[in-house]
Amino acid sequence: MKKLRRKVYMVAGSNTISMGSGRKEFSPKMVMPTPETLMKEAGQATLLKIGGAQHVDECVVGNFMSARFNRQAHLGAFFPFIDEGLKGKPAISVEGACASGSLALVSGIKSVLAETAEVVLAIGVEVQNTVKAIYCADILAGAGWFQNRKNGQAYFFPGEFSDRAGAYFEKYGREKTRKAFARWFRNAIENARLCPTAQEYHNTVKDLEALGMTEPNGKFFVDHLSVYDCSKVSDGASAITIVSEEGLKRLGIPKSDAVEVVGFGHVEGNITQQPDDLTELTQSKLAVAKALESAGITKDQLGTAEIHDCFTIAAVETIEAMGFAGKGEAPDFILDGNTSRTGSIPINTTGGLIGWGHPTGGTGVHQAVTLLEQLTGKTGDAQITLSPNKPYGLSINMGGNDKTLVSIVYRNANA
Amino acid sequence: MNYEERLQNVSVLGAAGKMGSGILLLTAVEMADLSLKPENKEKTFVLNAVDVSDQALAGLMKYLKTQVQKIAEKNAVMLRKVYQDRKDLVENGDIINQYVFDVLTIVKPSTRIEVAFHSGLVFEAIIEDPATKIGVYTQISRNNPNQPWFFTNTSSIPITWLDENAGLGGRIIGFHFYNPPAVQKLVELIKATNTLKEVEEFAMMYAKNLRKTIVPAHDVAGFIGNGHFMRDILFSTKEVERLTKDFSFVEAVYILNRISQDYLIRPMGIFQLIDYVGVDVCSYIMSVMNPYLPDEDLHSPVLDKMLSRDVKGGQFADGSQKDGILKYEKGKPVAIFDPETKQYKAISEFQAKVEERLGPMPVVRPWKTIVNNPAKEELLVAYFSELKAQAGMGADLTKAYTIRSCQIGKKLVSDGVAFSEKDVNTVLLTGFFHAYGPINNYLN
Repeated sequence: MKKLRRKVYMVAGSNTISMGSGRKEFSPKMVMPTPETLMKEAGQATLLKIGGAQHVDECVVGNFMSARFNRQAHLGAFFPFIDEGLKGKPAISVEGACASGSLALVSGIKSVLAETAEVVLAIGVEVQNTVKAIYCADILAGAGWFQNRKNGQAYFFPGEFSDRAGAYFEKYGREKTRKAFARWFRNAIENARLCPTAQEYHNTVKDLEALGMTEPNGKFFVDHLSVYDCSKVSDGASAITIVSEEGLKRLGIPKSDAVEVVGFGHVEGNITQQPDDLTELTQSKLAVAKALESAGITKDQLGTAEIHDCFTIAAVETIEAMGFAGKGEAPDFILDGNTSRTGSIPINTTGGLIGWGHPTGGTGVHQAVTLLEQLTGKTGDAQITLSPNKPYGLSINMGGNDKTLVSIVYRNANA
Repeated sequence: MNYEERLQNVSVLGAAGKMGSGILLLTAVEMADLSLKPENKEKTFVLNAVDVSDQALAGLMKYLKTQVQKIAEKNAVMLRKVYQDRKDLVENGDIINQYVFDVLTIVKPSTRIEVAFHSGLVFEAIIEDPATKIGVYTQISRNNPNQPWFFTNTSSIPITWLDENAGLGGRIIGFHFYNPPAVQKLVELIKATNTLKEVEEFAMMYAKNLRKTIVPAHDVAGFIGNGHFMRDILFSTKEVERLTKDFSFVEAVYILNRISQDYLIRPMGIFQLIDYVGVDVCSYIMSVMNPYLPDEDLHSPVLDKMLSRDVKGGQFADGSQKDGILKYEKGKPVAIFDPETKQYKAISEFQAKVEERLGPMPVVRPWKTIVNNPAKEELLVAYFSELKAQAGMGADLTKAYTIRSCQIGKKLVSDGVAFSEKDVNTVLLTGFFHAYGPINNYLN
């Protein structure tokens, strides 16, 4: 993809808490929030930062399965519920499984590029704790081809990625890979402990790697992954504003508080086809390559990344798809500390999907909010130090089993 | 009749009761799992849930549905394989609902004992009254052409006595579940003198399939579980009587409950456990056991006094605790019944004063932090050695209680009730969720 024809920025990010097991406030018996209440919470926080709804030209919400989790569709019509000032303005809802949040961002970016909007309010939201995990698995299985559901596992997506893990173990060795999984889990939880909205913020487990090494139990879950290899069931929303140069001026927000979207890649795979090679994320690789090409940079200029670690094996294969490690070498790359918050490429600095949480339709927007905060120095205790030689941040958001992929490259707008 | 044939027509008597409902649930699931095997598709499985009240049976069916659903949710991975040929069942939700339907379809609730006249196996969990049990066994046995086997859940009546008085010729075994049967891993297995070998073999296989831990006990009234529990009650209530020289009755109950829970690191204090089982049930079990124990007087005036004031405890249908000797708020004791004033006295009114009188004590380690702790043994050794060094009323009472509990356990072995000290400890560990067995060397 060519360089973007117009400057696009993001400002004013907000996250709700990622609610679910692990948070002290959470109980499976409590009354769950509705998607619209979380949209309102995140949306209003962002509107406050940009000086009000009157500045907004368009709205977009990314959501995966509220129609089943909450018996609620038509989320676009909740924008005027967030703020009366949004009544009469265009709003749409987009869906691409767990990449829905990034599709909302892409939609907003395209509106700005198309000059139909100077200021777009983008939200990602999901409320999943309305059902027990075993039924949640049914609903999330909608990210795969339904014709494959009957032959799929009870925990459908953990099953799909367990198959990937099994193939990876066979090809590159089980022990070291599982150690890398456990290290990944530890890094995720330790980063989440620095972020008050993270689902694992209250986690106090001392020996995280030992916990991460818990043996999988295929009798009750899946063969090659334990629950510590998986992101949890989360409820949350994130909001951000996508603006043009003119939009930035309208909002009166200095460039130092904004990130520039320097490039992005968006690709689709064929949902009816099984992966050619279970040890590779083909579409992820393509999306990252497109994003870097569009931004005109190489991976070595990345100072941080937010990647889609719905499962530890997804993190391992994504690191290889990004080119940071060769095939079969991501476990070493992780175990050598490269992905930790002080490593050569700090990844998922507020916990990622395993640590911060994975409110499926919200995740893409949450990744953008984290990169906005990191690149503008507003991440609080979770702030990392970025080298001037590596001013870029990259996100990868995946829908389904490597089917819908969005990768976005950012840098501080002042740079 | 093989294992499977024996389980094709079963009756549970007292099915809506606390124990019966759990036995029914476990048996229904076991029978449904058999019925779902491909080779059994053409066979019919019937489980009669017999109890005296239609209302209680309606409650039972609701309980069953909730519990079977939970079991199905937990076993969804396995159930997807069981139903893999059913093309119409695609999602976990479809499969779970089908399984719930398949289990409930086997269960036939009834208030008529005649339904048991066709059963090959009868689980009996009715009132702990020898004459009633004999009456029921006799009636079924006379009218049932299948020579049915009786699995009794009695916790106190000798099985040989039941066998002989009902004329069953060894078609009976004590199969004593612990409360709640669906959760507790322990089953005490008690053979009568003439229990048929095939009855015992079936019982072992059934227990194995239900993933229960079997502890064999000799056929002595009360067996191991109540043999320990009832004497534990007796010790506590006698200590309460002794302490009332220096304390009020409610204070004395508070002290014994506190010692037996926190300082003995048990999941419940002794008076909370009495309430959990039911004051009336405990008193009744003692009265049933007592005639078989010529050397002892298993009888507690404190329980009598409570019962005469209509203080019974026990549980509501939803499993929550009724007020008994203790009064509960959100499941926690907050007041104690004073038989003189016939009113509950708030623990907060006297707690501080009594705690001070208990004197120096080791730092309490809550039961839940110990019971599954990998370092349990070291923690317990350290705790008891600290306790041993303490002097004062609380520490002395705790030590006396620990020693007495150990004596009771050892006596169960020397009296021939238990086969070994290990069996006694297993019953208390698995049936009562204690963190350690009563027979130990912590204070030596």
